[in-house]
Amino acid sequence: MKEENCEILENVLLSENTYRMTLRQQEENFPRPGMFFALSLPSFFLRRPFSLMDHHDSFFTFVYKVVGKGTKAMSEMRAGTSLNALLGLGNGYDLSKSGDHPLLIGGGSGIGVMVDLARFLLKEGKHPLVAVGFNRKVEIYAEEELRKMSLSYRLFTVDGSAGEKGFPTLALSSPHDYVYACGPFPLLKAIALTDPVPGQFSLERRMGCGYGCCMGCTIETKHGPRRVCKDGPVFEKEDLLW
Amino acid sequence: MVNTKISLCGQILDNPIIAAAGTFHYGYEMASLYDINMLGSFSCKGTTLEPRFGNPSPRIAEAKDGVIISIGLENPGVDAVISTEFPRLQKVYHKKIFANCCGFSPEEFAEVAYRMDQADVVGFLEINISCPNVKGASRFSCDPALAKEVTRLVKARCHKPVFVKLSPNVTDIVSIALACEEGGADGISLINCIHAMRIDLKSRKPVLALKKGGLSGPAIFPIALRMVYDVSHAVHVPVIGIGGIETPEDVLEMMMAGASAVEVGAMNLVDPYIGKKLVLGLPEAMERYGISDLSSIIGVA
Repeated sequence: MKEENCEILENVLLSENTYRMTLRQQEENFPRPGMFFALSLPSFFLRRPFSLMDHHDSFFTFVYKVVGKGTKAMSEMRAGTSLNALLGLGNGYDLSKSGDHPLLIGGGSGIGVMVDLARFLLKEGKHPLVAVGFNRKVEIYAEEELRKMSLSYRLFTVDGSAGEKGFPTLALSSPHDYVYACGPFPLLKAIALTDPVPGQFSLERRMGCGYGCCMGCTIETKHGPRRVCKDGPVFEKEDLLW
Repeated sequence: MVNTKISLCGQILDNPIIAAAGTFHYGYEMASLYDINMLGSFSCKGTTLEPRFGNPSPRIAEAKDGVIISIGLENPGVDAVISTEFPRLQKVYHKKIFANCCGFSPEEFAEVAYRMDQADVVGFLEINISCPNVKGASRFSCDPALAKEVTRLVKARCHKPVFVKLSPNVTDIVSIALACEEGGADGISLINCIHAMRIDLKSRKPVLALKKGGLSGPAIFPIALRMVYDVSHAVHVPVIGIGGIETPEDVLEMMMAGASAVEVGAMNLVDPYIGKKLVLGLPEAMERYGISDLSSIIGVA
């Protein structure tokens, strides 16, 4: 973990209520995909945790949806503004466990993480299939990034207004030897209860601190209580309870 | 050179900055961020006899200049804390801690405190009769007779100094403090968090799963300060001031109100380096206000 004042390099509307922000960092703070950071916003007490869609030595990019006052304030921030952030939080995905043909399933706000993870897996010589799900066409983002990469890609919308109609869990019928997922609880649960292959899930929880002090985000697992922020946010699929 | 040392029940602390229970876990993880030995001390996560998962989620809600928490005393139980957490801590920390002891009966408080009393790393016992987020656990902080009874039982079984941590959710906090003093308390720490809640406008339901929690953070500082002032003027034992401390100036103000030391809570949750910043910033703030010896300002207000 490192505290840094990060300058906003870009903050743009991607799709309905969904924005992409790019922040400057002095050096790479995210050695593994699936790690996160916590942003301090002027006049809000708690930090906001976000996972990354992309990162390089000198900057990182993430996608956020406007859901409350904090994210609303973020959507109005301009490039050049500096925000205090705690960088390099959480455990991140363990790529060594992946088979050659991993399936990556992302839903809603969890799709950005899958973009970052896919990039890492491609570097490792894996052949990922990425399945993403949105409610409606107007919510779609990250399509360009995913289409640019040499991977298999399936787009789903619940109402069928773009891509295939239905949930991205339909991709579970495609051949795969490992599953990575990030998204709403019902999506993760559906994967866990229907797919027999091993995998890792990244969880989202309301957090207090983001670094293991307050026990605000604890979940029960097969091995006892675990803090999503410090022991996670990535957990072995087999260790989670539904 | 200013003197930041303070004396608490005959033990000397390098400075009055103590990380508060529930905001510093069992300490060792914070040691990767900075040398936690620079703190005066810290109070460990509230610990019960048996392991507890705590309350259902959400158990965190935001407030203006503060946070409402409803964790419900998640902890692995006193035996696991002593056998697993303390050895990890002692690899990186060579000072003494406050053992924050919780319970659901006077006997359980005494049993947890008794076991903590044996641990080398424990310098002080902090009897947390005031957790607002566990059903049945806070009644000890609302009834002077029960508060006195818990204190008396703990004192009868322990050798280390006993601080009783009080709740602000009472009509007359001074009467509770006096009862604890009569029960034999070596000190009083106050305040725990203030009953509070938020409602989500979209769902029209409380944000927290258990509806209500405890507010802490800078929002409660003036309330805590007033209570520290009242209690420290009534009792003859040292008082530790807790509630919304954010800056070295807040430390000075709390000590002028009557605190011999302070605990820093909610700010640990938004600034993991706050303990270090307060310790390093304190001498400069003292110089600015013409204070050469920190002990000299205790209760001057």
